[in-house]
Amino acid sequence: MARAAQADFKTRLQVWLPKLVLSPSLALMLVFVYGFIVFSVYLSFTDSRLLPSYGWVGLENYSKLWRLSHWWTSISNMAVFAFLYIGICTFLGLGLAIFLDQKIRAEGMLRTIYLYPMALSFIVTGTAWKWFLDPGIGLENVMQSWGWVSFEFDWIKNRDFAIYTVVLAAVWQTSGFVMAMFLAGLRGIDNEILKAAQMDGASNWNLYRRIIIPQLRPAFLSAFVILSHLAIKTFDLVIALTGGGPGRATELPATFMYSYTFSRNQMGIGAASATIMLMTIAAIMIPYLYAELREKS
Amino acid sequence: MSVASQDTAIRTGRAVRTLIYLVLVLFALFYLLPLYVMVVNSVKPLVEITGGGMMNLPQVFTLEPWAKAWSSAQIGVQPTGLSPYFWNSIKMVVPAVAISTVLGALNGYVLTKWRFKYDTILFGLILFACFIPFQIVLIPMAKMLGLMGLAGTTWGLVLVHVVYGVGFTTLYFRNYYAVFPTELIRAAQIDGAGFFQIFWRILLPSSGPIAVVSIIWQFTNIWNDFLFGASFAGADSQPMTVALNNLVQASHGVKEYNVHFAGAILAALPTLLVYIVAGRYFVRGLMAGSVKG
Repeated sequence: MARAAQADFKTRLQVWLPKLVLSPSLALMLVFVYGFIVFSVYLSFTDSRLLPSYGWVGLENYSKLWRLSHWWTSISNMAVFAFLYIGICTFLGLGLAIFLDQKIRAEGMLRTIYLYPMALSFIVTGTAWKWFLDPGIGLENVMQSWGWVSFEFDWIKNRDFAIYTVVLAAVWQTSGFVMAMFLAGLRGIDNEILKAAQMDGASNWNLYRRIIIPQLRPAFLSAFVILSHLAIKTFDLVIALTGGGPGRATELPATFMYSYTFSRNQMGIGAASATIMLMTIAAIMIPYLYAELREKS
Repeated sequence: MSVASQDTAIRTGRAVRTLIYLVLVLFALFYLLPLYVMVVNSVKPLVEITGGGMMNLPQVFTLEPWAKAWSSAQIGVQPTGLSPYFWNSIKMVVPAVAISTVLGALNGYVLTKWRFKYDTILFGLILFACFIPFQIVLIPMAKMLGLMGLAGTTWGLVLVHVVYGVGFTTLYFRNYYAVFPTELIRAAQIDGAGFFQIFWRILLPSSGPIAVVSIIWQFTNIWNDFLFGASFAGADSQPMTVALNNLVQASHGVKEYNVHFAGAILAALPTLLVYIVAGRYFVRGLMAGSVKG
């Protein structure tokens, strides 16, 4: 009797064990991701200031948010930044990948050089570019000391141009990664089709335009999703490179959220801005993940 | 395998090839430029930098900036250098990477070899969790760490990094185990092997490559994190990135650019070393984290 019961327990344990093993991660995720999302979204409808508070104020935080010039600056900076960052990274990544794919000597070394910035922290990247672009000691000063006295390059200190220095540093950091994605795509293309088209006298330009680049569609899609996701999350780079300045010239939603929540004691508005960031990313990621998962199963 | 590494069938002429090499080398210089700037300026006296010599090789070679960045630079209120923060980062990274990788391996095993109802939806939820903007969890996390008594501690940061890293590690192991022959598992089950025995004896011995990918990915991400460190660390648990930022942004006194550059290299060194030693795995992690499913 006892032995039978024990055996029964053992089989039942075997049935439950997989779910038991998965449950800690699941619990963590449900609380720390989805529970927290609910909590933050809820806070965005409350009068929280220095600390979370639960007085319901409806959409007041959102209407305040959209009336803040500070928020509009962050949003329009994000538009400029995301457009240029995604555009340049894609163009550069594709170009370098195509060039590297031409049986280049030392391809491995070049690839290593293009990709190493991806291993660095954005704080390191920001520090290096901050001082290199600084007119007092960096490029401008160097050019002047080399004899080009009228040379000027003060973008990082200039309200109208500082956002482009953020683009420059961000492109420097991630374009090598985009290159690697396109290179993997290029290496997967069937050579037989290319050879057949070559027999028909197609030029290299047409081979790329008509056959190769259209086949890279999945790589383009992945690059777009990853880059837009990175763009919306950009935070450390701005902190290290410009601190959001000069003035508010390089504020982005992530830095806006941080300063409203933790230094300006406007937690309700901070939560509202975080909610908008989440919805933007969800609008991009959910269709993509849905398509990917469906394709697999 | 051969498809993935084949050479292109495109043929190019001599002039075009020269141009291609030229462009490739120019871009190599562009990517190397900040590294060059950091390295040469970290070994020269400050006057050489402020005097317009940022691009020059050092006239006087000195390791003083490195020594200062490591052990005596003013960070926050104390002139401790970056060394205590370096160890803070190590103390945070090692347990966080270990725990999240073990959890990821177990999750991946369950999700592929012990399929149950709704497991795809579950995986979708885990996957989406990888991509949320962390701003959405900052406020509740601060509150939660306070409730748990972990506010401002290294263990608090470990918890944060495990929670938000386990999605990626699960993704890696799931994709890796998905192609592992399920017949082997079934055969072992018929022979009476239990859940953990199968994992331990059959899956784990062949998990080396994906474990390396997962460890490198987690190590790089956690070491390089700034947002969580800046939000949740206390004075004696601040990681390297936060300390470096404090060093560089300090508004008092003379700006010691050479010390800043040395500090930046110190902060970059661990991940850079990993990249140089195991670059192949680093790239695989990046690609798997981007082209998912």
